[in-house]
Amino acid sequence: MSEANQELQNEVAGLVVSALNLDIKPDEIQADAPLYGEGLGLDSIDILEVALVVSKHFGFQLRADNADNVRIFSSLANLTRHIAANRTK
Amino acid sequence: MPSLPLIAHRRLDAVMAWRGNAPVSVRQFLGEVGYVAGQLPPGRHVLNLCGDRYRFTVALAACIVSGRISLLPSTHTPEMVRQMQRIAPDVFCIVDQGAGVDLPIFRYPESTPPPAADPAIPEIDCAQVVARVFTSGSTGVPLPHVKRWGSLVRNVQAEAERLGIGALHAIVGTVPPQHMYGLESTVLLPLQCGAALHAGRPFYPADICTALSNLPRPRMLVTTPYHLRAVLTDQATLPAVDQLLSATAPLSQDLASEAESRFGAPLYEIYGCTETGQLATRRTTAGAEWQTLPAVHLRREGEVIWAEGGHIDSPTGLADVIELTGDGPVSTTFLLHGRHADLVNIAGKRTSLAYLNHQLNAIPGVQDGVFLLPREDSPGSIGRLTALVVAPGLTPSDLTRALRERIDPVFLPRPLLFVDALPRNATGKLPSQLAQDLLATLQSRGATREPA
Repeated sequence: MSEANQELQNEVAGLVVSALNLDIKPDEIQADAPLYGEGLGLDSIDILEVALVVSKHFGFQLRADNADNVRIFSSLANLTRHIAANRTK
Repeated sequence: MPSLPLIAHRRLDAVMAWRGNAPVSVRQFLGEVGYVAGQLPPGRHVLNLCGDRYRFTVALAACIVSGRISLLPSTHTPEMVRQMQRIAPDVFCIVDQGAGVDLPIFRYPESTPPPAADPAIPEIDCAQVVARVFTSGSTGVPLPHVKRWGSLVRNVQAEAERLGIGALHAIVGTVPPQHMYGLESTVLLPLQCGAALHAGRPFYPADICTALSNLPRPRMLVTTPYHLRAVLTDQATLPAVDQLLSATAPLSQDLASEAESRFGAPLYEIYGCTETGQLATRRTTAGAEWQTLPAVHLRREGEVIWAEGGHIDSPTGLADVIELTGDGPVSTTFLLHGRHADLVNIAGKRTSLAYLNHQLNAIPGVQDGVFLLPREDSPGSIGRLTALVVAPGLTPSDLTRALRERIDPVFLPRPLLFVDALPRNATGKLPSQLAQDLLATLQSRGATREPA
């Protein structure tokens, strides 16, 4: 992973932890572990919160009709890649 | 025997649903209902898990016309599915995508034969039981509430009259049809006022706006405070809407007035409970008082408030904290001071503390445990539950994994706190103040996730 993406991934992890009031430090989120269910344990309420934060910070909107939606939230690394590819700010 | 038609549409080429951007005619719908009804396996009880609201509606109607009963539990966790199977051993599930649950599965057909030119609209006996809706019992066993066709239809007819919804409306819902609010307001309401339902269940704010924009007006949005807040926060411009409906959690005056002015539509909240169905509405910006649905009234008898009249088959005691505002013991207006203390409602999903506590304590290795409600419930934001647990042999992840089998993810405790003992009194009861004090002590120590 490039240094820029690592930096973005750290930023996204920080946003997720603060938006959801998680009891962990951002660097404790494993980049390739699932965000949903078994891994970090996020549910659909959390996903909507994360979507709001992503929209505010990175200037683009998530859509469920995007066929990649499940993959986007499959891990922190994938969410970061999606943000890197779509961000407008 | 009195009967009422399956749908109230008057023409076979009327639009009864929008899928993607394509209209579905009443003729197509009736053809599909008849075809699916003929394909269903023999079981008489059904868990309808279709995610597409149109397919859910076809499957529901196919069950109704073939005399089957739809089961509506509060969640679809593996443990709840096992309980449904114990209650109704012949239950099967209907799915339109994904793997479904651990039950015999009927897959919604990918294609259906062309409909007959002139299908008849089925008449359904008003006394027919079409659904059993489950509340969380206090002993861990879900309690069934029978829903008969006549009562369900009269209920949504009253809702349509109150809200002024008619055959021209198109209705978008952000809530699933598998729970009462979604079933009533996004499925039965359009069916019984001859309106059109939107087949999707838009989730992200941008999706909700797109779904609305693609529909003809007048259009209605059926939603929750949680989705409303997300849309208002996230979207700079909103499509015009003609009617907004919210339920499942308290809505603040501020959120309500912002929604009304930015969508350009009146916003009503609807109140009801599983036992009675919908009971009352209020226009949030007009004040706190609720007005019962046409023909429904509340009656105070000692400490108990009874709901009766209209679609309510027999007088039903309400568990919520209600103050009648009319003169005398019978009233059509009231204030709601709080839901039944045991009821837990997070983002539109309901359960009870008793049910959650039962499930927690049923996990092997848990010696004692209790769920606590969030102390402050600010409207529109999501308060999570906390659990205090005595389970010396379990790790937090063991326990969370076991809970996930049993309860809906939105009720998973956050934080989950391990303690040596709970401050139970001599009779074994756990006074909520003592539990909250223990929680405050733990949190002031910063020990939010002690290793076991």
